[in-house]
Amino acid sequence: MGFVFEHSWLIPALPFFSFLIVGLIVSPLSRRAAGVVATLSIFASAVLACWLCWEYFHLYPPGSHQPTFVAWNFEWLRYYQFLSVNAGVLVDPPAILLMVIVTVVSAFIHLYSIGYMADDDGSGRYFTYLNLFTFSMLGLVVAPNILQMYIFWELVGISSFLLIGFYYKKRSAVAASKKAFIVTRFADVFFLIGILLLGYHGFQILSESGAGQTGVQAFDFLFLNHPATLSALADRGILTAACILIFIGAAGKSAMFPLHIWLPDAMEGPTPVSALIHAATMVVAGIYLVARLFAAFAASGTALLVAAYVGAFTCLFAAVIACTQNDIKRVLAFSTLSQLGYMMFALGVSTMDNPLGYTASLFHLFTHAFFKALLFLGAGAVIHAVHTNEIWSMGGLAKRMPITHITFLIATLAIVGVPPLSGFFSKDLILAAALGNNHPTIFAVGLLVAGITAFYMFRIYFVTFWGKARSEASKSAHEAPLVMLVPLIVLAVFAAVSGFVPMGDFVRAGEEVGEHGGSILIPILAAAFGLIGITVAWLFYSGESPLSQLVVNRLGKAYTIISSKFYIDEIYLFVTQRIIFPYIGAPIAWFDRHVVDGAVNLTANLTRLGGVVLSLLQTGQAQTYGVWLVNGAIVLALCIWLFTK
Amino acid sequence: MSLFPGFMHWLVLSTILFSIGIYGVLCRKSALGVLIAIELMLNSAAINFIVFNRFISPATLDGALMVIFIIAVAAAEAVVAMAIFVAIFRSRKTVDVNKFNTMRG
Repeated sequence: MGFVFEHSWLIPALPFFSFLIVGLIVSPLSRRAAGVVATLSIFASAVLACWLCWEYFHLYPPGSHQPTFVAWNFEWLRYYQFLSVNAGVLVDPPAILLMVIVTVVSAFIHLYSIGYMADDDGSGRYFTYLNLFTFSMLGLVVAPNILQMYIFWELVGISSFLLIGFYYKKRSAVAASKKAFIVTRFADVFFLIGILLLGYHGFQILSESGAGQTGVQAFDFLFLNHPATLSALADRGILTAACILIFIGAAGKSAMFPLHIWLPDAMEGPTPVSALIHAATMVVAGIYLVARLFAAFAASGTALLVAAYVGAFTCLFAAVIACTQNDIKRVLAFSTLSQLGYMMFALGVSTMDNPLGYTASLFHLFTHAFFKALLFLGAGAVIHAVHTNEIWSMGGLAKRMPITHITFLIATLAIVGVPPLSGFFSKDLILAAALGNNHPTIFAVGLLVAGITAFYMFRIYFVTFWGKARSEASKSAHEAPLVMLVPLIVLAVFAAVSGFVPMGDFVRAGEEVGEHGGSILIPILAAAFGLIGITVAWLFYSGESPLSQLVVNRLGKAYTIISSKFYIDEIYLFVTQRIIFPYIGAPIAWFDRHVVDGAVNLTANLTRLGGVVLSLLQTGQAQTYGVWLVNGAIVLALCIWLFTK
Repeated sequence: MSLFPGFMHWLVLSTILFSIGIYGVLCRKSALGVLIAIELMLNSAAINFIVFNRFISPATLDGALMVIFIIAVAAAEAVVAMAIFVAIFRSRKTVDVNKFNTMRG
């Protein structure tokens, strides 16, 4: 075991210390220094993560058994013998994969933010929050037990809340941050119930039989994913319920339908935040959670099927909406939803016997992190230059922002899945997994969405970068500064080549990767659908073609429904404001104000009344007290005399 | 029956004195009256000492010693109390204890 194994706790700890130092010491002194310190600490963390990755796969090369370590562990709270809350660092291939993604993407986004936030007075606060987020996300990724994961799960939630509401003077940003926090918290309640259910039964199983395991705690992933534990949980009949409850939590964080409503609004935050938190890292926490408990989900079966269908539906649903949005960041947000749907259904279709989807999902998570971060950063560079999010105010930026244009194009091609860019490989693997495990419907949805993805991505690409400039700002737009271009270029390289990583050799559920369900036809079909989408987008949007308007007119009402996001937000508003607030909230508030507060006030008033009555005894005259004293003494003397006789 | 008062008579005398003292402390309006009542109580205690000394261990002087102490303390206490009364009278123009209720909460 090398240095970095022993000290793997440094990977999350570095951003934490930097968070404290930047927040308390550096940022009040100098905004520029805050950015530099924050960025350097994340780069240090990224170097350690890559080193850890190299060392692990050096020791356990592809093909050999890849063990799971708890590299560092300490007991925080102990309740009983098998029930304690630990904090630690788990080292296994998925954790290493996520550590590398989070630290590398976060490092480059920190670097980019130095340029993006240069003119903002609050950039010290911004970098403090960004460091807090990176720390929390790393803590979540390395969690060896589900309670630590839950703690950091909430911490990423709060840092997301802080960063969405970063422009706190903007009403819409404040509303969006509250929405994101409340929706994810709502989902987290189910997650917590799931954890408690698993913990309670896991503890009983451990205390009864030990389930043939030693040195584990009820909340450990190693214990929860153990076949003996799973069969015992299934015997108790709570496995599926617990998995579905946990899946609801995952769906909240990963913005699965119908809990997706917070993600498009979360785009109110600064664009690098959208890139880091709401595209590359935090939103994949839900996918990671399901992957972590994959054995449990697979043992349940039903829970995995729920994940598959929810994922597939979200995938299609978000892609359709993305075609109609005019805010560049919102299109990207819906595209993120759609890609998260891919990852979720890839997990959902796999089984313990053929876990190809598990690898495919984490592979797509890996490639998506790079190309989606790049897309957002490119959009950020454009927004920085044009000062608007509206794609119809842009146009003709290809000539004025050549490097942004090229990198954005690479990312667009990658997400569309044009060979040989990264998205092609991961999407192919996902589709193969869907077909290989006999889910033709989901396979068809995946294929269709590949085409829609190509359409909406090239729609924003053509409108933004081709054609004539549609506003004064876009006529005078100029290329972003170097500190923003470097991350774009580096991420473009990653987005282009990360597909060549033989993910199946590194990350898999069990010892086998699983069978590639289809033939060479699948990638050809996917690429063909992509090309059709690109062609349609080219026909509609590359010039001043009236075609798109024609289609919109023909669709009529349907178009309005789609562009209003199927009125899901309105349904939520209706349910909360018209049903929950008046019929549930108001009576509860009345009960609270009158019965609960009334009881409290009654107690207080009675106590005060007692005080008033008793204070009448306090005349302030020594002689009255003397009378009481003497009478008391006499009574005491009588008592002693009577009872000792 | 002896003409001389016995053990019990002295104790009854002391009890009566003490009770008068308590009554005075609790009921007199004038602070001076209260002080005199306290002197009565001290003297009843002194009588007790002398009586027990005389009837239980006549060979020693323990009780008489205590009485000397009590008389000394009573003298000192009277001096301090009178000084306090003078100070109070200067600020309040009265030594009526019913008017002293600054301890009231």
